[in-house]
Amino acid sequence: MTNSQITNDVITVRAEADTASKTLFGFWVYIMTDLVLFASLFATYAVLHLNTFGGPSARELFSLPYVLTETLLLLVSSYTVGLAVLALHKRAARQVVIWLSVTFLLGLAFLGMELSEFSRLAADGNSWQRSGFLSSFFTLVGTHGLHITVGLLWIGVMIGQVIRKGLTPGTSRRLALLSLFWHFLDIVWIFIFTIVYLMGAV
Amino acid sequence: MKQHQPNTAAPEAAQGSVMTYTIGFLLSVIFTLFAYFLVVDYSISTNVLTAAIVVLAVVQMFIQLIFFLHLGQESRPRWNLIVLLFALLVVLIVVAGSIWIMNNLDTHMMTPAATNSYIIQDERIPQ
Repeated sequence: MTNSQITNDVITVRAEADTASKTLFGFWVYIMTDLVLFASLFATYAVLHLNTFGGPSARELFSLPYVLTETLLLLVSSYTVGLAVLALHKRAARQVVIWLSVTFLLGLAFLGMELSEFSRLAADGNSWQRSGFLSSFFTLVGTHGLHITVGLLWIGVMIGQVIRKGLTPGTSRRLALLSLFWHFLDIVWIFIFTIVYLMGAV
Repeated sequence: MKQHQPNTAAPEAAQGSVMTYTIGFLLSVIFTLFAYFLVVDYSISTNVLTAAIVVLAVVQMFIQLIFFLHLGQESRPRWNLIVLLFALLVVLIVVAGSIWIMNNLDTHMMTPAATNSYIIQDERIPQ
């Protein structure tokens, strides 16, 4: 290998790292705008949560052990997506696929529990049409659930890409973005858990 | 050329170990359970309880930002941190401002009867 080839190699690697870090920063800025979106929904909930229009309040509707289970599922999935990123740094494609699959299953379990809670509420006549409180509740928690759904799709796609293409610069970069997104969703859930469910029971 | 093996992960994402993730995870579990049992088992006054669980949530947010998202490990200039702080400022204004304005409106809201008599007086509608 000649000297100029080595220099070219270094330049390519630096350029790739540069693109990756720029993409990462751009995605971080997107996440911050998503944070502002969630803030406006939290503000709406905070303003409307007492307007039950004669209907049930948060205290009567929610089961805390059920929500704690959801919270822990999402928290463990945030941990396992971190383990997938660590496997990525070790260039262990097999481990990446395994941890992503575990994350996918945990996320799916969380989404299943959330949807079954939603359908139970709607079946009891407590849908988003019941009161201002329930409208803001479904908008806030539903938007989070929508993000989780998109995240699950993304995890599924990434599992397929890592299996087919391996850990290329492209798949590695997207895995780093996915982990940011998933950790962010867990942070938003901490506040849903605290403000909607725990404060609803106080 | 082993040393030129492309390290394809972004430089900022190249930190963290099983240790840091595990510490972050365990601390998060502890804070979640602490807040949960505070609400379920203890009957301290409502205001103190509300303040306590909000503080626990904010602390847990920082735990996850540090141990999962590796905040504070990037090199200068810390654009990620700057953008986050700006977003948090916007969040604070949106949330605190909305609650403030809406509570203020709520306090000043007249009853329907009072509104009626005010309009009748203001428009000099003959009774």
